[in-house]
Amino acid sequence: MDIFDLIGPIMVGPSSSHTAGAVRIGYVARKLLGEEPKKAEIILHGSFAATGRGHGTDKAIIAGLLGMSPDDGRIPDSFGLAWERGLDFSFELMELRAAHPNTAKLTLTGVSGRTLSVTAASVGGGRIEVRELDGIELRFSADKPTLIIRNEDQPGSISIVSAVLAHSGINIATFHVSRSSRGGQAIMVIECDTPVPAGTVGSIAAMPGILSAAAVSAD
Amino acid sequence: MAVFLSVREMLDGAAAEKLPLWEHVRRISADEAGISGEQSWRMMDQRLEAMIKADASYDPDARSHSRLTGGDGGKMERYAGEGRGICGEFVDKILAAALRMGECNACMHCIVAAPTAGACGVLPAVLLPYAERYSLPRDEMIKALYIAAGFGAVIAQRASISGAEAGCQAEIGTAAAMSAAALVYLHGGTDEQMAHAMAMALKNMMGLVCDPVAGLVEVPCVKRNAAGAMNALCAAEMALAGIESRIPPDEVIDTMAAVGAALPASLRETGIGGIAASPTAVKFREEFFGKG
Repeated sequence: MDIFDLIGPIMVGPSSSHTAGAVRIGYVARKLLGEEPKKAEIILHGSFAATGRGHGTDKAIIAGLLGMSPDDGRIPDSFGLAWERGLDFSFELMELRAAHPNTAKLTLTGVSGRTLSVTAASVGGGRIEVRELDGIELRFSADKPTLIIRNEDQPGSISIVSAVLAHSGINIATFHVSRSSRGGQAIMVIECDTPVPAGTVGSIAAMPGILSAAAVSAD
Repeated sequence: MAVFLSVREMLDGAAAEKLPLWEHVRRISADEAGISGEQSWRMMDQRLEAMIKADASYDPDARSHSRLTGGDGGKMERYAGEGRGICGEFVDKILAAALRMGECNACMHCIVAAPTAGACGVLPAVLLPYAERYSLPRDEMIKALYIAAGFGAVIAQRASISGAEAGCQAEIGTAAAMSAAALVYLHGGTDEQMAHAMAMALKNMMGLVCDPVAGLVEVPCVKRNAAGAMNALCAAEMALAGIESRIPPDEVIDTMAAVGAALPASLRETGIGGIAASPTAVKFREEFFGKG
């Protein structure tokens, strides 16, 4: 954990886990979708369900979906801004199996019709962890610039991606691969030491066997 | 990706490098984050500035959305100024500062989580009045924040700083532990004394449950910031007097994690148990949110 997660974040109150962390969940989900969301169905679990309303968790997630950061003074007014920008959203309180106490599951539809399901937990001090993406279990914090790459589960995909990154001079900090089933769809989660330029993300997305690529960061 | 795995490792690392502890914390954390020492210093300076601004943003007439919170910082400030308190003006000013910051947070002001928003009042409450009393240079305040962050990072690594995971001991308890170490630093104590102060502060709040009324970070959270600040003073004074934690600091942190895991969900920020279950709290919740 970074020391600025201990002295920080600088944020609008009242709760680092239920307000600031919730903003980050919405923000990272927006980045993963890769476009303006037009519809968001959100499930709140555990403590998020029990006390989220009092902490503005709902407003915070919507604020993040609109691209706001945790110190944005407009967070309390995010519902109104969402309506203005044509984001249709709904909340449901539900117990999710084996989930962290502060968990939200977001099912998003973007302006182009792209859909995404993401489950993320707020793990304390405003930090988050993404735990599931389109039904595939994985784990990343988005503290560092993170590449999320979907690919067909076939030999050679990893070497293609690492070659593009090496060519761009980007150092890999961690590298995880998860898959739905053998030969099905896989997701690579690559934490990098430096931000990944859009051009590099585009190059990776254009490679054979790669279905999509997105770069996310919680800040 | 941890900065430090243990207090022992952190202290030994500083000793091996012959560096002041704050500088060791800065160097290791900046390397890990891939930023320069100067960048790190600027970021810490911004946080100090935000703390000072948040403290100045206090309005004694403001009330939270629920109206459960507001005005207590002003009452304490007035009482401290009258100089008739049991603890004297300095300690009463610390209590006032803790209440002010807790109230700012509940009223949705911009604050600095330390380590969390619910516990944001503890560290500035000891740091700002201490700086005023001893005319502390700004650099020293920033160094004290590095000390607090270093110990906090170990607690986050080995235990938790989340009330939902481990109760209030992980939030106000951690804030008090970080603040106790910072106070020992400012008052000229050794690295070992900082570690003992951290351990004693954490032990003093072990088992503290997270039981917010109606699930709001207001009651009893705001006043627990004042209690955390007092606990930090208590632990720092004991450590500076040469008193040691009989249990090694890392074992104390691990114990806090174990106690947190043993707490039922009702006492981990769900707003179901503890003071949140008192008849008055339940009645308030029903009136505020409506039944069901």
